[in-house]
Amino acid sequence: MSDDAAGSATAETGLKGAAGDVASFEEDRKGIVRTIQGILHEYPTLIPLIVLVVGTVIFAIAAPGKFLSPLNLSVVLQQVTIVAILGMAQTLVILTAGIDLSVGLIMILASVVMGRTAVAYGVPVWIAFPLGLLAGLACGFLNGLLVTALRLPPFIVTLGTWSIFGALNTFYSNSETIRSQDMEAAAPFLLWLGKLFKLYDIGVFFGLDLPWLRGWVVTYGSVLMIVLAIVLSYILGRTAFGRHVYATGDDPDAARLSGINTNRVLLAVYALAGLICAIAAWVLIGRIGGVSPQAGQTANLDSITAVVIGGTSLFGGRGSIIGTLFGALIVGVFRNGLALSGLALLWQDFAVGVLIIVAVTIDQWIRKISA
Amino acid sequence: MSELTNMSLPTGNAGDIVLEGRGLNKRYGRVVALDNADFNLRRNEILAVIGDNGAGKSTLIKALCGAVIPDSGEIRLDGQPVHFKSPMDARNAGIETVYQNLALSPALSIADNMFLGRELRKPGWTGALFRRLDRTRMAKIARDKLSELGLLTIQNINQSVETLSGGQRQGVAVARAAAFGSRVVIMDEPTAALGVKESRRVLELMLDVKKRGLPIVLISHNMPHVFEVADRIHIHRLGKRIAIINPKEFSMSDAVAIMTGAMKPPVEGATGPTQHYQVGEEASQVQ
Ligand SMILES: Nc1ncnc2c1ncn2[C@@H]1O[C@H](COP(=O)(O)OP(=O)(O)OP(=O)(O)O)[C@@H](O)[C@H]1O
Ligand SMILES: [Mg+2]
Repeated sequence: MSDDAAGSATAETGLKGAAGDVASFEEDRKGIVRTIQGILHEYPTLIPLIVLVVGTVIFAIAAPGKFLSPLNLSVVLQQVTIVAILGMAQTLVILTAGIDLSVGLIMILASVVMGRTAVAYGVPVWIAFPLGLLAGLACGFLNGLLVTALRLPPFIVTLGTWSIFGALNTFYSNSETIRSQDMEAAAPFLLWLGKLFKLYDIGVFFGLDLPWLRGWVVTYGSVLMIVLAIVLSYILGRTAFGRHVYATGDDPDAARLSGINTNRVLLAVYALAGLICAIAAWVLIGRIGGVSPQAGQTANLDSITAVVIGGTSLFGGRGSIIGTLFGALIVGVFRNGLALSGLALLWQDFAVGVLIIVAVTIDQWIRKISA
Repeated sequence: MSELTNMSLPTGNAGDIVLEGRGLNKRYGRVVALDNADFNLRRNEILAVIGDNGAGKSTLIKALCGAVIPDSGEIRLDGQPVHFKSPMDARNAGIETVYQNLALSPALSIADNMFLGRELRKPGWTGALFRRLDRTRMAKIARDKLSELGLLTIQNINQSVETLSGGQRQGVAVARAAAFGSRVVIMDEPTAALGVKESRRVLELMLDVKKRGLPIVLISHNMPHVFEVADRIHIHRLGKRIAIINPKEFSMSDAVAIMTGAMKPPVEGATGPTQHYQVGEEASQVQ
């Protein structure tokens, strides 16, 4: 045994030397590539930012005058708001190396609970609205409970709850839509996030004449999206809970041995994601000017798309809320830009597909930095 | 059997013992991982724990650091009975463990890892109300701790752990344990995956930690490493401690022979291997 150890020590020395030579050779040849890899590894949000800027430049050239107009960009912003908010919920879950296939349906269910309770059942909106938020929170909590208590894979759990929430949605909504007029009469508060305001007027309010703000029309929902992004970024980056979310997704065993109660982290993440979906429900009601149980059919996959294009790793522990915001904007910009350039809808889907695959490939490459 | 003590070692009184396990038992179904095992760690020593695969070393150490709850037996820390229910309990009591897999989060920074699970909040209302982390203070302490252990080669404390070499990672794990362990540091196979140079670094770190007054438990299969740093060697076999030897009086092959059962363990009062038991056939094979 002692001889064994001595023998392996010499073997190690030999191997070490050989490995060192190869490493230094590679270093010289691939110096620049490795530097880039290192930079991207340290600032993963750079990629979606670059893609967003490049995309904007391309479409500014491809659709001159049309794409870069403040009005058009305002429309893009309005279009991406819901997917971006759902994407933030999805980001939290994916950071823990999970996935939530039920975000879209939690949103619709919460919107139905808010709208129908207020309009069809005549409950005051100050009760109906928190009830909707609570419904979202409860759905998320259920997901978290199933993932932690039964130790089921998140993919399967949320595939199941996606179906369950869909059934509950049909049950509670009775498959009826709520029209804008009825909503306006019974609960105008629920429509508020869809209201538009002119950025220029904000400048005027503060006594400033800012001509470059002319033409920008923003919804309160988009403002809420940005506030939410700031709050969630703060939580992830500046609080212990945020560190624990990353650690749990990165290596759950290591996190546990470091004294983190990973089950509590997961439960909190899924519940918080549910609550964010309910906030997206509020935005959704404002956007479509009512409640439709059939709305947001593609929201689940769109949210995952935004997260992935935004540079968050599906393997957990790596990514950011701002990245997801960029990811949602990239999808919006490409769809809008391609449409303005006169290409058929199918090419938009094609482009989004390419973006997803490129994003995941880059993520894999960056992750290889760990020697 | 349990009171095997080599008399040539410095004999101490009860106050000399920091961490003690008495009659520890642990079964996994029909497997007896710990069979009435005893353990003691003295103040200011490096105690090596050696034994064959499956002898129960890891189980013993996990029982001492809260990762496993023994079926029966008693654990005392500074003479006081303790009952750890999780690794967190042991950590709060001042026992830090460097796990074989290091238990680091690769994507998090060095500073984040050192404070994982015990983050510092900003003083004042931002910390109390918004639970804001005090990142400057954590980075400063982390840097101080690393430089204390001579790990200043790490330039950026906010570098993610996965960009570090194996030896540096080990250094971070050891630094974390040394920084927060106020009573005991336990290391399970800290040099197992390391090259010669990196192993050397970790052994030096261990001696540094010892110099700062913290006793260390080292589990290792690497006899040269064990004999280089250990003050006493606890030999574990079939779920129990069968001997404690002084590395200065026994050779590596003797230790291995005792460990594998090829040689009888030394009896109380033994001063050296030769006169107390005969070298069997198996023992000479080991040579
Ligand atoms: N979680 C478990 N479930 C079932 N059996 C276990 C478990 N942990 C340990 N054992 C058994 O207990 C015995 C002691 O294992 P332990 O890991 O303590 O050995 P060890 O001395 O650390 O070995 P090694 O040198 O290989 O690390 C082994 O027979 C092992 O199979
Ligand atoms: Mg072991």
